[in-house]
Amino acid sequence: MADLENTTDDSIIVCDDVHKWFDDFHVLKGITTAFKKGEKAVICGPSGSGKSTFIRTINRLEIHQRGRIIVDGIELSDDLRNIDRIRQEVGMVFQQFNLFPHLTVLQNVTLSPIWVKKLAKGEAESEALALLERVGIEEHAHKFPAQISGGQQQRVAIARALAMQPKIMLFDEPTSALDPEMINEVLDVMRELAASGMTMLVVTHEMGFAREVADRIIFMDEGAIVEEAAPDIFFDNPQNERTRLFISQTLQH
Amino acid sequence: MENNSPNSVSEKIPFWRDVRVLRVLFQVIFLIGILLLAGILYMNMLRGLRGLGLTLNLDFLNDEAGFGIAEGIAYEPSDTYLRAFWVGVVNTIRVSIIGIACATILGLVVGIARLSSNWLVRNIAAIYVECFRNIPLLLQILFWYTAVILQLPSVRQSFTFFGGVFINQRGVYLPEPQPTSDMNIWLGYLAGGFILGLILYLVRLRKLRQLEQPGFPAKWALPAFLLVAFVGWFLTPGKPFTWELPALRGFNFAGGIYLSPEFSALLVGLVMYTGAFIAEVVRSGIQSVAKGQREAAKAIGLNEFQTLRLIVLPQALRVIAPPLTSQYLNLTKNSSLAVAIGFPDLFNVGNTMMNQTGQSIPIFGMIMMSYLIISLTTSAYMNWYNRRINRIGR
Repeated sequence: MADLENTTDDSIIVCDDVHKWFDDFHVLKGITTAFKKGEKAVICGPSGSGKSTFIRTINRLEIHQRGRIIVDGIELSDDLRNIDRIRQEVGMVFQQFNLFPHLTVLQNVTLSPIWVKKLAKGEAESEALALLERVGIEEHAHKFPAQISGGQQQRVAIARALAMQPKIMLFDEPTSALDPEMINEVLDVMRELAASGMTMLVVTHEMGFAREVADRIIFMDEGAIVEEAAPDIFFDNPQNERTRLFISQTLQH
Repeated sequence: MENNSPNSVSEKIPFWRDVRVLRVLFQVIFLIGILLLAGILYMNMLRGLRGLGLTLNLDFLNDEAGFGIAEGIAYEPSDTYLRAFWVGVVNTIRVSIIGIACATILGLVVGIARLSSNWLVRNIAAIYVECFRNIPLLLQILFWYTAVILQLPSVRQSFTFFGGVFINQRGVYLPEPQPTSDMNIWLGYLAGGFILGLILYLVRLRKLRQLEQPGFPAKWALPAFLLVAFVGWFLTPGKPFTWELPALRGFNFAGGIYLSPEFSALLVGLVMYTGAFIAEVVRSGIQSVAKGQREAAKAIGLNEFQTLRLIVLPQALRVIAPPLTSQYLNLTKNSSLAVAIGFPDLFNVGNTMMNQTGQSIPIFGMIMMSYLIISLTTSAYMNWYNRRINRIGR
C-alpha cells in the first residue's frame, strides 16, 4: 500500500493487487502495475489469460472484488459519482465495434456529448464532424453503421469514444473482428492517436503495432502479469519461458 | 442423334415435366377443390334453413329490437336490431382500445421490472406474470366481477380519491370535462395551431428529405401546436371547460364519467391478463438486444435510464412489435368473454338477437365480420408501424 501512494505522483492509472472472480473461476490473480500519463501499453497473452477482463476493470465494465484501482486520482468503488466521472475520463473501443445500429454515424458520436455532457446539439455536431474527419469518415456521417465497412465502423467507434474528450483510451482487441485488408486503416488511426500523446492501453495480437508504438508490453497468462518490458527487450530478449513460447508462436505466421 | 448432344437445350419440354406449367396447374386444381367444398357447405346450409322454414335475408335488422341494453351509446328498446348491434360494436371497440392502451403501459413497466437488478421488484414482476398468465381469463373476469367489484362498499361508503373519483359496488365514477360556452373560442385556437403545425410539419419533412437527414419530422410542429393551445387557453376569456364532479344525489351518484361494474371488471380482467403476456414480449425484446450495446452505452457514460430509453428500447421495439400485434388482437377477441358477466359487447348483443329472431346464420356472420374488420384494421396499423420502425438503420 505504501508503494501505491508513491507511484500516484506521475501515474494516471494505479492497480494494486487487483483480483476478480467469475463465480468460482479466478480470472485476475493480483494485478499490480501502474501506467504513466501518455504511456502506450500493449497487453498481450493467450486467450483466457484475463487481459480483456483486466482492461475492462479500468472503466468498471467489470467490477474487481479485491485490491484497488485508482484512475486519475479517482478510486473505482461502488460510488456512483466516481463511476460517472471515470466513464467520462476513460474511452473504450470494443472488438465488435458495438456501434448503435439505429443511429447514424453522426448520432453515434454526438449521443454522449448531448446526453451526458449536455452540449448543445449544433456544438456537439460540429465537434463530432471534426472527429469524424480526424478518423477519415466525414463523408459517411449521415449513413447508418450497417451501410459502412467494418474498418470504417471501428474508426467511428474510436471517434465516438474520443467525443467525450477522455484522458485514457482502452482498446479491447480493436482489429480482431476485421477483415485483414481493413486492419491497417484502424491501426493508422491508433498510431495518430498515440502520436498525439493519448494514454493508451491496447489489448491486441498485432505484434508489429506493439513493437512500433508501445512504450511497454505486458504479457499476461492465467490471470497474472508474467512479464512486462519495453518492446525491444520483450521481443529480443524475453526472460520468461512462457513469454518465449508465446512470442515464437505469434511471430511464426 | 442431335438430341443427345449437349447443345440441344432448346428441346421442347413435355408439359407434365415443365415446372412452370405444373406450378399453375396445381394451383388451379387446389382452387377448384376449395370452391367445390365451399359449394357443398353452402348447399347444405340452404337445405338446413329450408327445413327450419328460414331464409337468408337481413330484413329483420329493420325490426324493432324490443330488448334493453344496459350501457353504451344512445339506444332505446324501440330502436332497430341494426342499432342494437351497433351499440354492441361500439362497446367492444371501446373496451378494446382502452384495454390495449392500459395493457401496453402495464406490460412495458412489468417487462422492464422483470429485468431489474432489484431483487424485490424483479420477483414481484415475475410472480405477477406467472399468476395472471396461467389462470384462464374467463375465471379472472368472473373473479374481478363477483369477488372484487361487487364486494366493494355501498354507494354511501364509496372509496374516494382526490375528491372527484368514487369507487363503489355500482361502478367507478370519474370527473368529466364539460365544455363551456367559451369552448368554441379555444377550439378556434386549436384549429389555428393545428394548421400551423401541419405547415411546419410539411416544411420540415421537405427539408429533411432535401438534406437526406434522419430526424423527427414533427419536431417543430408539435411544440408549435402545444404552444398555440397553451397560449390560447389563457387568451380565452373564460375557461374552455370545467370538471363536472360526480355528486351523490338520492341513492346514487350523478354526473361525471360512469364505468359500470361489468365494464370495469372486463377491463381490469383483460388488462391484467394481456399485460402479463405483453410483459413477456417486452422482456424477450429487451433481452434480444446484444450485450455489447449496453456495455458501449455504459462506456460512453450514459446512465441506466438513458441506456434503456436511447439504446435498448428503440432496438427492442423491432422485436417487440410483431408479437405485440398478436396480443392486441387477442385482447380484442377475448373481450367477447364479456358475455359471462353481462357486459353488452358485440357478441353478447348478437347472442340476444339470435335468441329473439332465430336468425343465427346471418347474425353469426355479422359478428364474425365485425371482429374480422376490427382485427384486420388493428393489424394493418401495426404492420404499418412495424415497417416504419424497421426502415430506420437497416
